[in-house]
Amino acid sequence: MKKKVLAAIMAAAMVALTACGGAAATAPAEPAAPAAEPAATEEAAPAEEEAPAEEEAAPAASGELIKVGIINNDPNESGYRTANDKDLKAAFSEENGFDASFAYSLKNDEQITAAQKFIQDGVDYLLLSAADTAGWDSVLKDAQDAGIHVILFDRTIDADPSLYSASIVSDMDKEGETAVAWLEGQNLDEYNVIHIQGVMGSAAQKGRSGALDSKVASDGDKWKIVTQQTAEWNAEKAQQIVQSVIDSGEKFNVIYAENDDMAKGAVAALDAANISHGVGKDVIVMGFDCNKWALQELLDQNWNYDGQCNPFQSEYILKVIDELQAGNEPAEKTIVMNEKGFDATTITADDVENYGI
Amino acid sequence: MGNEVLKMRGIDKVFPGVRALQNVDFTLCKGEIHALMGENGAGKSTLIKVLTGVYPKDGGDIFLGENLEPVTIKSPQDAQNQGISTVYQEITLCPNLSVAENMFIGRQKGSIQNWKKMNEAAGAILNELTIPAKPTQQLASCSIAVQQMVAIARAVDMDCKVLILDEPTSSLDEQEVEKLFKLMRDLKAKGVGIIFVTHFLDQVYEVCDKITVLRDGQLVGEYEIKDLPRVQLVSKMLGKELDDMSDIKSENATYEKKEGETPVFTAKNLSSTEAVHPFDFHINKGEVNGFTGLLGSGRSECVRAIFGADRNLSGEKTKDGKQVKISKPIDAMKKGIAYLPEDRKVDGIVGDLSVRDNIVLAYQVLKGALHPFSKAEAYKFADEYIKLLDIKTASADTPIKSLSGGNQQKVILARWLLTHPDYLILDEPTRGIDVGTKVDIQKLVLKLASEGMAVTFISSETDEMLRTCSRLIVMRDRHVVGELTGDDLNQNKIMSTIAGGEKNE
Amino acid sequence: MNNNSKSGSGVLSRLLRSQIVIPLAALLLLIIFNLIFDPSFFVITPKTNSAGNPVLSGYLITILDYGSELAILAIGMTLVTAASGGQDISVGATIAICGSALLRVLCGANSRPDQLQAPIIVGFLVACIVGMICGAFNGVLVAYFKIQPMVATLILFTAGRSIAAWINNNELPIVPDPKYAYFGGFIPGIPVPAPVFIAAICIIVIFLVLKFTTLGLYTQAVGINPSSSRLNGLNPELVKFISFVILGLCVAVAALIKTSRLSTINYSVIAKDIEMDAILAVALGGNPLGGGKFNMWASIIGAYVIQFLTTTLYKFKVSSDALSAYKAVVVIVLVVFSAPTVREWIGSKFKKLTGKKGVA
Repeated sequence: MKKKVLAAIMAAAMVALTACGGAAATAPAEPAAPAAEPAATEEAAPAEEEAPAEEEAAPAASGELIKVGIINNDPNESGYRTANDKDLKAAFSEENGFDASFAYSLKNDEQITAAQKFIQDGVDYLLLSAADTAGWDSVLKDAQDAGIHVILFDRTIDADPSLYSASIVSDMDKEGETAVAWLEGQNLDEYNVIHIQGVMGSAAQKGRSGALDSKVASDGDKWKIVTQQTAEWNAEKAQQIVQSVIDSGEKFNVIYAENDDMAKGAVAALDAANISHGVGKDVIVMGFDCNKWALQELLDQNWNYDGQCNPFQSEYILKVIDELQAGNEPAEKTIVMNEKGFDATTITADDVENYGI
Repeated sequence: MGNEVLKMRGIDKVFPGVRALQNVDFTLCKGEIHALMGENGAGKSTLIKVLTGVYPKDGGDIFLGENLEPVTIKSPQDAQNQGISTVYQEITLCPNLSVAENMFIGRQKGSIQNWKKMNEAAGAILNELTIPAKPTQQLASCSIAVQQMVAIARAVDMDCKVLILDEPTSSLDEQEVEKLFKLMRDLKAKGVGIIFVTHFLDQVYEVCDKITVLRDGQLVGEYEIKDLPRVQLVSKMLGKELDDMSDIKSENATYEKKEGETPVFTAKNLSSTEAVHPFDFHINKGEVNGFTGLLGSGRSECVRAIFGADRNLSGEKTKDGKQVKISKPIDAMKKGIAYLPEDRKVDGIVGDLSVRDNIVLAYQVLKGALHPFSKAEAYKFADEYIKLLDIKTASADTPIKSLSGGNQQKVILARWLLTHPDYLILDEPTRGIDVGTKVDIQKLVLKLASEGMAVTFISSETDEMLRTCSRLIVMRDRHVVGELTGDDLNQNKIMSTIAGGEKNE
Repeated sequence: MNNNSKSGSGVLSRLLRSQIVIPLAALLLLIIFNLIFDPSFFVITPKTNSAGNPVLSGYLITILDYGSELAILAIGMTLVTAASGGQDISVGATIAICGSALLRVLCGANSRPDQLQAPIIVGFLVACIVGMICGAFNGVLVAYFKIQPMVATLILFTAGRSIAAWINNNELPIVPDPKYAYFGGFIPGIPVPAPVFIAAICIIVIFLVLKFTTLGLYTQAVGINPSSSRLNGLNPELVKFISFVILGLCVAVAALIKTSRLSTINYSVIAKDIEMDAILAVALGGNPLGGGKFNMWASIIGAYVIQFLTTTLYKFKVSSDALSAYKAVVVIVLVVFSAPTVREWIGSKFKKLTGKKGVA
């Protein structure tokens, strides 16, 4: 019996490993990634290994490609991540003077392994969106010893700031504050909010919930939470949560959903119950992430607000690399990106094109 | 007297709807081997289970040794602590542990185990009882008989005064049984009282001193072995006088064989993945033949090859003179062949399903997935065969696993009779079944044959084979070594063919 | 007295042994709980939706509506459990695959088409085929390669959502035709949500199948004793394989409802963890997870009980990250009460109780 269980666990582990490998392998084979096949770099790596540190000083100038290792989360995770990955792939192309390799994983240990491999391959820059905040010290130290610049994007880590050159982040707290400030600006008589949260404990959830929570705490007369539940970024769950409020007959006039999918689910429930929503209607609908289809809803006046979580980080990263190539340290270690909030009354079709993901 | 180790007085046990035991007395003396006999459902198992604390008793007292105070036995563990050990038919040890570990598992105090000491102690016991096993040997590598003996050694070493052997011999061959008997006699000499539950009459007369007979939950009596001839024992178990069991063959009209009739089934040069050497075989209409040989000689493998239960490696088969291809059981079934497998539990019953579903299963499969029997039809079939074979079950909806072994076997038999085969293969249909049912099944076989059915019959009991078969195919070491008919059909000839080895005999 | 206690305990033990009592008891418990704390739970009111159609609204409707996918999946999961003695944990991921394939057909290469690129029925048939292929893949691994079901289905569980994303080039298509939303919403003029009808059709179909074929007997026989089933002419591998293919079909139907609810798909979260709910439904129905006998009604009721529980928890505003904790409690209680020893123990306690009453 014991043996059987053990065998099952081992087999499961093996299948999981191979399956993960399979999943990771399919990811880079996307249309947007012509120059960035990981396999290609693997082959190229040994050839360039002999010229590590000394040449790195001015590779771009001499017409050579800058070698970049990019470690990201799985692009299938969300539309946000897909856009982020696309943006990076477009920016770090061969035409732009880069030889980029990509590694994807939602698991910290796999990311660390990938980082070690990139260090061995002798990349010039290591771009990292860490799955987990802890455990990066030693590998980043290795990178530093090898003379590799580390740039964090999207996610921060718990490591000594001296170990990386720059960190490009979204300020989730600010996203929440911008949204709540906008909502306050609507000057409603009272705010009865259905608050649909993301996966509890994620940075986005904490930032976007925090602003609303503190507003409700400070202005309890006017601001009330009808229900506050997590739909775990899942549209169907959001639909059920809103459906439950509708069934109970409680009054509400704001839906504050922490991403677009959940806002969509909420709207589906409103439609089924014939509750009007959008500009000048009974219920204000708010979402985050600026999916193109969501901005379209804004343009159509069905929703009221969408907060941006900027996935277009490449321009910030490129700036940092330019500085470093010129021999300067970046002016700021932590670079907070510009993030907008769109209002249905002011949004334009161009905005939808430019900012939609 | 004074040397009793166990007295049970006025034991009552009631199950919902059944009085399993009524006022049963049982006495076991020191250094005595005491057979507990009775048909299936007579209450043997229930009595044992009451004694070992599996069931609480509803009335009566149990006394151990000289004590005048009755004891209460709360659980099997408790029974063991009080010196009552049981060895079951199925080995209940851990096959992947060593012999010594099996003997001491769950007994040491504290978690640290001195392996060396344990192996030495185990070695000493094994030596003393002359059990052919090494302490460090993995249990699974021992034969079933040795495993059985290790289980007994474990029980004995736990300082038991009463040793219960519940059908220990049913999966052993004759030599192994001999070894087991020697061990039992040794233990008897050491003063252990042994309760021996078995279906084998021969064995009872070989080792036992006394017999207690139960019937329908009541005590029939306790007898000295020398005072009770076999025939009387059987009649006491059945509760009726026996119309000579040994001669049922002549009672039945035999099927009139016509000259030149094509055999119902033939096989040529047949062999299977289960390492049977290629053999030829044929059977005629109305004939009962059988495969005989020691356990493991390949008799079951032969019929499995015929039925397509094991993958065939070579051979040609004909049914009613026409060449047929039988590569899996359904092929055979479609050709009118039925096979009652040797291992009822593993290959026969579908435990959780009802008696009704078990009866209709094969016929249903034959009829096809898109033509299910209606409930009414299924009940009709089930009730018909429950009545025909006198299957003792509360209803057709009772799960088959709650029936006694003999009745389970009858259900499986019913399943195959329902498919109306022309050729019926019965592999050990009477194993672990009480005498009454055995005779029923033998009679049924002869009756079916007289109606023209061809039957192949396999049994470990040569008596039974002699009584039913008109032709015997003798096997040794997976080879067919002889074929006996007519006057050659006797115990001695079979023995000499099995042992002698020359085919020309 | 003896007689009395016997017949009393007979009825009780029969009731205790009948497995449908488990989900019914759970359902009853939830109903009583809601009746006590807020009887308005059971109010159903007629309303009109934004398209101007009459609809019924209320918690009970919500339960029937959102329990549909689960009930459909429970059908397939019950058969897989019975035949193979294991569970398919790739259900959620295969819903993503089927849904993705469905939307790929409906939307074509462009993820934002102005009109349908293919009739809905074609898309649905493609989804059914894809679902059955996924089921067949699992079925082959389990039946012919003898891999434990959980391990075998782990492959699609892990890779499925990536495959789903790959089918649509990682785009998130949106179906432009409002008719597509009927399957997960309301059909104009009919006030009961469409998923309820779809689930009802599935349930009726499976009961007809069970009545007019021997699927039930075969699955149970194979699940209980494959060796004996083989000797009775069955092909245990084929029966297991078929059970997985049927589950694949159920998955495709569930995918239709799921994608129709929002007319789009999100590969990473669609039908997330639904396999656990489906397995729980089977367990709640009192079906042994080790295979063998099954009761289809009990599983289906089990599925609705789970949705009842979820909706009740939403209604009482249990913070939804605690939702899984409540489900865990249910699982623990279930496992304990479905254990034969516990049921026997309850039976004997009850018998004693009635026995004493008899004396008094």
